[in-house]
Amino acid sequence: MLEVSNLACSRGDHRLFSGLNFNLHPGQIMQVQGANGSGKTSLLRTLCGFLMPDVGDIVWNGQKISELAEEYHDEVLYLGHLNAIKDELSGLENLCISAGIAGIELGEKEALTALRRMGLRGREMLPTKVLSQGQRRRVALARLLVSDAKLWILDEPLTALDVAAVALIQELIVAHLARQGMVVFTTHQPLHVAGMEMRILALS
Amino acid sequence: MKKSGMLDLLVLVIRRDLVLAMRRRADVLTTLIFFVMVVSLFPIGVGPEMDMLRKMAAGVLWVAALLASMLSLGRLFSADYLDGTLEQMMLAPQSLSMLVLGKMAAHWMSSGLPLVLMAPVLGLQYDMSMRSLGVLMVSLLLGTPVLSMMGAIGAALTLGLRGGGVLLSLLVLPLCIPVLIFGTGAVEAASSGLNFASHLSLLGALLVLAMVFTPWVTAQALRISME
Repeated sequence: MLEVSNLACSRGDHRLFSGLNFNLHPGQIMQVQGANGSGKTSLLRTLCGFLMPDVGDIVWNGQKISELAEEYHDEVLYLGHLNAIKDELSGLENLCISAGIAGIELGEKEALTALRRMGLRGREMLPTKVLSQGQRRRVALARLLVSDAKLWILDEPLTALDVAAVALIQELIVAHLARQGMVVFTTHQPLHVAGMEMRILALS
Repeated sequence: MKKSGMLDLLVLVIRRDLVLAMRRRADVLTTLIFFVMVVSLFPIGVGPEMDMLRKMAAGVLWVAALLASMLSLGRLFSADYLDGTLEQMMLAPQSLSMLVLGKMAAHWMSSGLPLVLMAPVLGLQYDMSMRSLGVLMVSLLLGTPVLSMMGAIGAALTLGLRGGGVLLSLLVLPLCIPVLIFGTGAVEAASSGLNFASHLSLLGALLVLAMVFTPWVTAQALRISME
């Protein structure tokens, strides 16, 4: 369970948000809403532990995330604005390496299956620099298929994706929630999760 | 799916960085060509006086190696920072220091090791004896990893800064002076027939110290740069 209490965060002298409280239980999904510059990405990065909050605590299963460190990292999957894929490497190599960094030893077969499910059949071996923006995003999103993290933190996961890929991501999120996973995400596009209550956190 | 351990991760990072270096061969060659050019230009500029060349050989080779290894430092973390891989590395379930150690090792293999292998060939231009050439190689073998590791601290601190390259050299070069002193000291001792073991032992000690402390310091610096 993720508990956030009295969280405040600022960039430079500008206070983005303060007094933020919420809990996220297994099987719950939460959308962070707000205008551009309202601190959505900063909130997600704070939840990952990249940014130190000014005040407040982020507690995972009863322990502060700053104390858990690597143990907490094992439970988190973060997908940011940047795809974290290398142009020089193929989709297959990229997926195996990012899974490896996340601590999962991935066989070639599993990686190929994941990439094909993401609609990249026939392009697994191409260097990602020849892929389109949406296809590169799909390579990055293939990590969702091979990860066993409990908490997904997704920053604008739907950018550059077509309708079919958006549907696939919705499917993956539903499956993850059904496995008692948790999702925190931001998006400016509509994302429908069937049969789940979508919690909204509005930043102003 | 199976969980990977600390050593698997180290090997993975080294292999990844080496594959990337092989696919961007121009970067690796830049360092090596710079080293070869600087060392080869000196005899042309100074003139073919054997005595003088022999005397300055150790200094020229070491300074050129030092400057050449600075060249590629800026790229050590910047590519991973710009494409978001560094964020993923910070979320790795293993210590960030371990990943940093892997990146340092790969950086040395792609930029330091070629210099070590090339140095004896270039040393011939300075009429160095076989004994001096041997000591030169050993001193570079012990010293260049220290340069990569010290440089990584600077690279992490200047990450994402505009004009970080100049700042990086200003930060790192003074820290590298002990390596330069003991490295050239060893070669000069060998060429004048003195005992060079003490210099090499001190270089080895610096290497061990750097291996223990620099990955941790670099990891902290990266955390600060990512904020």
